[in-house]
Amino acid sequence: MEAEEKKAKEKKVRVPRQKMPEQGPKVRTHNFEEVPFGYTEETAMTEAKRCIQCKKPCCIEGCPVEVNIPAFVRLIAEGRFIEAARTIKETNSLPAVCGRVCPQEDQCEKFCVLGKKWEPVAIGRLERFAADYEREKGEMSIPEWAAPRGKRVAVVGAGPSGLTIAGDLVKLGYEVTIFEALHKAGGVLVYGIPEFRLPKRIVEAEVDYVKKMGVKIETNAVIGRIKTVDELFADGFAAVYLGVGAGAPVFMNVPGENLSGIYSANEYLTRSNLMKAYLFPEYDTPIVRGKNCAVIGGGNVAMDSVRTALRLGAENAYIIYRRTEVEMPARIEEAHHAKEEGVQFKLLTNPVEYIGDENGWVKGMRCQRMELGEPDESGRRRPVPLQGSEYVIDVDTVVVAVGTMANPIIPATTPGLEINRRGYLITKDETGKTSREGVYAGGDIVTGSATVILAMGAGKKAARAIHAYLSSG
Amino acid sequence: MNRIVEKTDLSENVVKMVIEAAAVAEKRRAGQFIVLRIDEKGERIPLTIVDSDKKKGTITIIFQVVGKTTAALAALRAGDCITDIQGPLGNPTEIENFGHVLCVGGGVGVGVIYPIAVALKEAGNRVTSIIGARTKDLLILEEEMKDASHKLVVATDDGSYGFHGFVSAVLQNLIDAKEKIDRVFAIGPVPMMRVICNVTRPYGIKTIVSLNPIMVDATGMCGACRVSVGGQTKFACVDGPEFNGHDVDFDLLMSRLRMYLCQEKEAMERYRCEHGG
Ligand SMILES: Cc1cc2nc3c(=O)[nH]c(=O)nc-3n(C[C@H](O)[C@H](O)[C@H](O)COP(=O)(O)OP(=O)(O)OC[C@H]3O[C@@H](n4cnc5c(N)ncnc54)[C@H](O)[C@@H]3O)c2cc1C
Ligand SMILES: Cc1cc2nc3c(=O)[nH]c(=O)nc-3n(C[C@H](O)[C@H](O)[C@H](O)COP(=O)(O)OP(=O)(O)OC[C@H]3O[C@@H](n4cnc5c(N)ncnc54)[C@H](O)[C@@H]3O)c2cc1C
Ligand code: SF4
Ligand code: SF4
Ligand code: FES
Repeated sequence: MEAEEKKAKEKKVRVPRQKMPEQGPKVRTHNFEEVPFGYTEETAMTEAKRCIQCKKPCCIEGCPVEVNIPAFVRLIAEGRFIEAARTIKETNSLPAVCGRVCPQEDQCEKFCVLGKKWEPVAIGRLERFAADYEREKGEMSIPEWAAPRGKRVAVVGAGPSGLTIAGDLVKLGYEVTIFEALHKAGGVLVYGIPEFRLPKRIVEAEVDYVKKMGVKIETNAVIGRIKTVDELFADGFAAVYLGVGAGAPVFMNVPGENLSGIYSANEYLTRSNLMKAYLFPEYDTPIVRGKNCAVIGGGNVAMDSVRTALRLGAENAYIIYRRTEVEMPARIEEAHHAKEEGVQFKLLTNPVEYIGDENGWVKGMRCQRMELGEPDESGRRRPVPLQGSEYVIDVDTVVVAVGTMANPIIPATTPGLEINRRGYLITKDETGKTSREGVYAGGDIVTGSATVILAMGAGKKAARAIHAYLSSG
Repeated sequence: MNRIVEKTDLSENVVKMVIEAAAVAEKRRAGQFIVLRIDEKGERIPLTIVDSDKKKGTITIIFQVVGKTTAALAALRAGDCITDIQGPLGNPTEIENFGHVLCVGGGVGVGVIYPIAVALKEAGNRVTSIIGARTKDLLILEEEMKDASHKLVVATDDGSYGFHGFVSAVLQNLIDAKEKIDRVFAIGPVPMMRVICNVTRPYGIKTIVSLNPIMVDATGMCGACRVSVGGQTKFACVDGPEFNGHDVDFDLLMSRLRMYLCQEKEAMERYRCEHGG
């Protein structure tokens, strides 16, 4: 490292990483409002000044869409917040979302040089600050785009992947229509991730922005039912992008799993988020407000579910996970928030049977204790049941959050579309090209459940590929 | 936004509506359904597509008022709009020339079986239909079912019209009279479908039922609609809604349908307070 940079670094570290104020755990478990409040202008500038503006910024390597981090952070340090937001938007069209939900500790911030010895620059928090500032000031700019090319592209699915490619293709001069199965655009951002982590008005603003750019969004349109992919081509679309996510829930095939009171995480979260069941009866969709709620799984989805259960009034909210905290795939921050809020972690534990009452309602869960054995294919130590360790926990609500798989509607109705043995679409390379001419795919439907930013990155790459494909012919 | 073109009361609490939904009308086939959401705060509820008119771009639904959403829907009039209509959903009915088919419909289920009877007749089947209701005033679609069938038998539980007794008794009589029956389609309240399946099982007559579990997205994403068929869990919205009735666990269906009774009552009471009636 150059001497100058080193000196700058020494100086910067005297300023600690700025915290984001947040609602206390006692208060926030009684509402669905966002937990952190975000930076003020002053704290944002203080934090931004910690960045030493590396000549070879490693942080960018950690960002799947290569946000120009030092540039936007510097603009914040200089108080030029709107310009900072626009800089981020050059490569990332959903900064208010990513600033909140990116697993920064594994991405940009993991690579920040300050993190080697001290704490990394709070890139995510700064990104969120800039995007919120721009939105709240109502200064969302509409970018310039190429002259209309007279070619139409259909995007299936309005999740982060579909929204991103739609925005990029419109800028390139294509006419883009998104077909979305649900009544609202946003994908997991609206149906899965809870309000207290990602306020829905932010997603709505991002969707509005995409619409303002000229993208048409047709909701209530399940492709494969109302129209097949082939019919989209017949309607005059020159290319089709499939960004349909990995939205089918996985159950464990444990006896009693269909008892009343047992949900998939998808259903539980969809009721609460998309349908606003937490506001029942003002909103019509009901949800079970259990007193003893067990959530099976150790990922982010499990954390979102268990924290939702607490906010819906659970007195006991458990995480039931078959490995230990070390193997838990959830973000550290999420698990930490859950603990603060009073979630009880039952680790090295697995359900083996659900017990119902005379009305078919779950009243208990027989669990088995586990110990860790040899590592499996994923490199994590395989949990092995301990003989004679079974015991029963009283529960009246269970949320199964052990993963998702591909929804078969599209492959089943699109001849010639290759899928792998787990049902995900096979793409030839980074561009998202599938086995069908003119059909591209990206996001969770290709990778399996991943992250918002990776789904967006796939949309970006496919936008370039579709542009090349349509310009060559 | 989908405009209601026509609204008719078929009986005391059964309503027929014709709604603009051109793309759905174009594509739908017998056995498929829609999910609708009346307004921004509304619940998503599934309803069968009873009929459609491609030229006018409309679909027809027939529903019974059982709770808050159906009550609110029944309060709308021609000219009003429904915020969301998603469809067509579910697998279409398997339609072939089976020979002699029996279409059994009970209560509002007559509306669901009607398009199936029409399609079966078009496919060259001899269609015998049995439709029933608690009492004469609750019977719906008699004329339409007559047109859709070669033979129609009407039954009422209280004997106020047609055969006195359940549709299952009519079916049993046909079987006893040695009528050759190649396939039965039975749609109505869960207890009715269960009884029909119990009647046909000993004779090995394949019996198709249409299941009505609680649904949310109806695209296979949530699993709210899971039912047990032949010991396997199926999602009614994408694997169904029609299944081989002899394999269905009706007890599970019944108990899962009762999951929100308390909340449904609360919603209905609140609705009554706000809207009178
Ligand atoms: C509860 C939860 C929490 C998460 N938390 C995080 C987090 O903190 N950070 C993070 O980075 N990632 C998180 N993820 C993962 C992330 O949300 C996904 O990786 C990302 O949303 C994938 O984007 P996508 O565009 O591929 O698909 P999706 O977001 O799943 O969107 C797909 C869209 O396609 C629609 N669709 C499906 N089939 C059809 C069809 N046949 N016709 C028309 N439309 C169709 C769906 O309705 C949906 O709207 C979380 C996921 C969940 C479930
Ligand atoms: C595929 C399918 C097709 C259907 N077709 C018809 C039809 O053509 N005509 C008709 O009258 N009814 C039909 N139903 C049933 C109809 O969806 C319910 O009567 C309706 O949802 C009740 O809503 P509510 O708010 O008025 O009553 P609520 O008070 O909410 O519920 C009354 C009862 O209806 C059932 N129910 C509640 N919510 C749902 C839901 N989201 N999905 C399914 N059932 C629910 C429950 O058993 C509940 O106890 C169909 C159901 C399915 C699954
Ligand atoms: S998009 Fe995500 S990974 Fe990239 S800089 Fe922003 S927070 Fe970091
Ligand atoms: S964020 Fe970190 S790695 Fe990136 S330029 Fe600033 S100090 Fe360097
Ligand atoms: S209703 Fe959600 S999967 Fe069937």
